[in-house]
Amino acid sequence: MFLTFPIMVIKVNTIENIVVWRWKNLFIVGIGVFLLSFVWRYLIKRKEVGKKKAEAGELVKPPITQRVLKEPKFYIPALIAVAVFAIAFPFVFSMYQTNIMVTALIYVVISLGLNIVVGLAGLLDLGYVAFYAVGAYTYALLNYHFGLGFWTVLPIGAAMGFLFGVLLGFPVLRLRGDYLAIVTLGFGEIIRLILENWNEFSFGPSGIANIPRPGLFGIQMSLHSSIIYLYFLMIGLTLFTIFVVNRLQDSRIGRAWIALREDEIACQAMGIDKTKTKLTAFALGATWAGMGGVVFAAKTTFINPASFTIWESIIILCVVVIGGMGSIIGVIIGALILILLPEYLRAFSEYRMLIFGAVLVVMMVFRPGGIISDVRRIYRFEERETTA
Amino acid sequence: MEYFLELFLSGLIRGSIYALIALGYTMVYGIIELINFAHGEIYMIGAFTALIVASVLTMLGWNQIAIILLASVVAVIYSSAYGYTVEKIAYQPLRGAPRLSALISAIGMSLFLQNYVLLAQTSDFMPFPSLIPEFKFMESYEHIISSPEIVILATTTLVMIFLAFLIKFTRMGKAMRATAQDREMAMLVGVDVDRIISFTFIIGSATAALGGVLIASHIGQINFYIGFLAGIKAFVAAVLGGIGSIPGAVVGSLVLGWTESFFTGYVSSDYEDVFAFLFLVFILIFRPSGIMGRAETEKV
Repeated sequence: MFLTFPIMVIKVNTIENIVVWRWKNLFIVGIGVFLLSFVWRYLIKRKEVGKKKAEAGELVKPPITQRVLKEPKFYIPALIAVAVFAIAFPFVFSMYQTNIMVTALIYVVISLGLNIVVGLAGLLDLGYVAFYAVGAYTYALLNYHFGLGFWTVLPIGAAMGFLFGVLLGFPVLRLRGDYLAIVTLGFGEIIRLILENWNEFSFGPSGIANIPRPGLFGIQMSLHSSIIYLYFLMIGLTLFTIFVVNRLQDSRIGRAWIALREDEIACQAMGIDKTKTKLTAFALGATWAGMGGVVFAAKTTFINPASFTIWESIIILCVVVIGGMGSIIGVIIGALILILLPEYLRAFSEYRMLIFGAVLVVMMVFRPGGIISDVRRIYRFEERETTA
Repeated sequence: MEYFLELFLSGLIRGSIYALIALGYTMVYGIIELINFAHGEIYMIGAFTALIVASVLTMLGWNQIAIILLASVVAVIYSSAYGYTVEKIAYQPLRGAPRLSALISAIGMSLFLQNYVLLAQTSDFMPFPSLIPEFKFMESYEHIISSPEIVILATTTLVMIFLAFLIKFTRMGKAMRATAQDREMAMLVGVDVDRIISFTFIIGSATAALGGVLIASHIGQINFYIGFLAGIKAFVAAVLGGIGSIPGAVVGSLVLGWTESFFTGYVSSDYEDVFAFLFLVFILIFRPSGIMGRAETEKV
């Protein structure tokens, strides 16, 4: 009751409008909050019980998702099913659906990029969208001025992302967590504001239109087939990303990132160059964003600075956090859910951001690991059967 | 010279408003080391509450002084309650969790509150009545500084003096300082840490709400999005001054206000925000703990 009281009283106030007194809303909100508060307290209690159990040394069973993932019996057929579905998708569903799927896949790729920065290296980057913008503008401008094609620009976009990652990362990476978050946020805004105001360079808020879609050896394609083409291209890029991130995770540098995330000082003591490791994480994350940006520009054929606001960064961050920081499958599922759900639930689109916000908070409070949390690798001491 | 003075004063006004918001950031950060992203939203809610109260009272035909006083009081109370609730829901369960979790939870809260107001009210800019009356005795100085601006300056100064007093000389302030220095130790000597943290949120939200009322009636319009930019700016100010330090927040805000105002006046207004952020980046590179902050060595 102590907790519900202020909420109920407060919510009453903002709902009433200047002219219209919406007593009905007030009533609904009152009831809703009252019920929610019970759920809330129940969950809190459950969490505390769980914590006590863990403290008491009882073995907590690994969550069901983890067990499914570990068991080859389950995941091999699942993988095949996903692959078949992915190949059949554009032929079964309409062009509109395919188009949405392409967007979702772009988000998968850039979220995996951000996952390197936030999930593995533990650096909170709130300006990630800046690199996305860099990629998109690289393609748009190079195409506009020099007529370069998609395939030429894709690596250039990635390189530009990398370059900007290093450029922006270099001065700020000595800062601690919170400062880093705010400075990256600042950089994100700086890049957006520059794109908006520097008319001669980026055509300002009106953006750049008529960006060509990617071509295949100069073959002219209809709109429909070019979207299918883009779809398979994204599937390829996603697989490539998954492969690279997966390999990185187990590499020397990947383990250095994880160590850095867990404890900076201990990590330094082990002889890891802190700045260099952070910088690689930052730059590699930015590289994926740059590539994602190029594809984004090619897909929408029109870009302007309004596509690259801070909220875009936050949505990508939501994807990573909700999916499960550091876990590749989690991030992919997170991206698909977060991007596809709003598309299909058009009716609720007003409430989308509201729900995002609430989900972020609830997620952090009750399930800080995300939908599919990364398992911490634990060295298990195998007890041998001692002969009696 | 006239132009310079004008810019100087407008910078001062801006700075004092930033300061009102920055104080909340810095106090919260000092105690639980968390960037309270929802702080800007609290400020926005304060402004909205004042707007609602003021319009209702205007319809009832009250006199202006009574309206502004009552509107501010109600705004302060509601915002404090919001600050308190936000802390209870989004931050308290995360005490002891990794810093990143709390930060993300804060971002979520900010997103939630922003869209909550968007849905409950409108997305349009709402005209905000200029609540602060024009004083008679100010007429001769009107071309330099207007009465609302005087009120803003006076309020900011009063709030700062009050806060300084609160923190230096009262029991509560002592407990706050103890909690900021070492939470566990404070607990050991019998400080009710949870209560202190709630109290800090309440005070911070109250000053933010006051800032919200003042700036909204100064600028004349509000919408659901004002909290975000103001929050970021105030945070920049708090970091500039050295986060966690209360005089630092004031100094940082004034510095930020002046730089912005002079930059806009002498260079270009398009890149005002760019410049504010660049300034922050430079300060952080060369003096990572801010103008008045202490350099902290990390303990192992």
